[in-house]
Amino acid sequence: MNLVTGTEINYYFVCKHKLWLFTHGINMEHNSDYVDIGNALHEKSFTREDKEILIDGRIKIDFVRNQLEIHETKKSKAMEEATKYQILYYIYYLKMKGVDGVTGVIHYMDNHSKEEITLREQNEEKIKQIIEEINKIKEMDKPPQKVKSKVCTKCSYYELCFC
Amino acid sequence: MKRSVYINTNGRLSRKDNTLYLESETYGKKPIPVNNTQEIFLFGEIDLNTRLINFLGQNNITLHVFNYYGYYSGSFYPREHLPSGFLLVKQVEKYKDEYERLKIAKEIINGATHNILKNVKYYSNRKEGLDEYVERIENERKNVKDAKTISELMGVEGRIRNIYYSAFEIIIDGKFEFKNRTMNPPDNPINALISFGNSMMYSTVLTEIYNTQLNPTISYLHEPGERRFSLSLDISEIFKPIIVDRIIFSLVNQKMIREEHFDQELGMCYLNEKGRVIFQREFDEKLATIIKHPKLNRSVSYRRLVRLECYKLIKHILDEEEYEALKMWW
Repeated sequence: MNLVTGTEINYYFVCKHKLWLFTHGINMEHNSDYVDIGNALHEKSFTREDKEILIDGRIKIDFVRNQLEIHETKKSKAMEEATKYQILYYIYYLKMKGVDGVTGVIHYMDNHSKEEITLREQNEEKIKQIIEEINKIKEMDKPPQKVKSKVCTKCSYYELCFC
Repeated sequence: MKRSVYINTNGRLSRKDNTLYLESETYGKKPIPVNNTQEIFLFGEIDLNTRLINFLGQNNITLHVFNYYGYYSGSFYPREHLPSGFLLVKQVEKYKDEYERLKIAKEIINGATHNILKNVKYYSNRKEGLDEYVERIENERKNVKDAKTISELMGVEGRIRNIYYSAFEIIIDGKFEFKNRTMNPPDNPINALISFGNSMMYSTVLTEIYNTQLNPTISYLHEPGERRFSLSLDISEIFKPIIVDRIIFSLVNQKMIREEHFDQELGMCYLNEKGRVIFQREFDEKLATIIKHPKLNRSVSYRRLVRLECYKLIKHILDEEEYEALKMWW
């Protein structure tokens, strides 16, 4: 099985068109306020932790506590499902590497809430499916049909998609 | 929005700590905020070192160099910061397939000549004697779709351009004499303005291409990589009438550019420093002009329209959406 990156899992939920473009090297310069906010958030929160742990160049964990607890900081719940599966994938990925019993915590900074994440059997099945589908999308010779949604106007690909 | 920096004095451009400094006799030591800069135009005699070049590279800033006569010498095009091997292969494929290449080239000419026509029509509402030129351009434009080869297409484009140039004297009320387009070197003020404006346009387009995955040497209308970053020449065709020519007409008609802004010697004619500064100011303002983009439902600058042109080409190259060149709608 071709493993994927955390970003790819996230994009799979957010937009498959963006996923295809991104995996074919079509990146956008990041000059939107949303990206700046996201970066500042990561930089200014949990400053006492050791942050940004990159594993195999594929997944980037915000920080780890209590040895087996992985933490992710997000601005809001706007992309809840995408975020959740990103963390589930991290746990799954670590499990594949032989690290058992990892759990996750997502910190939503706008309302100071947090959500605990555990990998269950049905999640694992779903993740396997998602990985397969991501690989199928990557192999397509042109981008999949784009679907306009309300998140589009905030996306860095907006102008490329709709000009 | 990031700025373009135009340097007309002599002096030294250097990196100091994490920003840029220009030292000159005229202005002393002046910082140039690096995060706010996307490209630099050098017109004066400037000393610089590799420390500066590396720093520009790190910050993805393009540097365009012009000689004493305001003639374009070349650009520092930093290492690609957004490469896509996949797109490059596709970009080449579209060039290698004659039919596909001609299709893109025709659309570029379609856009360019639409915008030329738009200019002549705009002035025909204000000045006598231009209707005939409008008609002649419209007639010649019909031949674009029938062109079988690139050289045939270039022929059509050349004829349209000649008709267009012959209308210039009427548009500028004969303030300067202008019979033929001459380059290398330009021989009169209008030719000097066109050459200067076109090279500014070319550099600007190059900076926009740099900020996308397109490769600037692979082009469709012009032969690839011949002397220049030829994709920049392709895209410039669409924007020259909208930006450069309009600036020339208004600078001359409003008498902002006059005889005294040119240096003429031995049959050559160049914009002098004063003239260049006036042109650059207009150019910068023009690029910053904001219009509402109907498809994006968003306000964009003219400069952004250049970027959008690159995006449309990318979508065409990816076989996602047929390329439609910018045709002035306003």
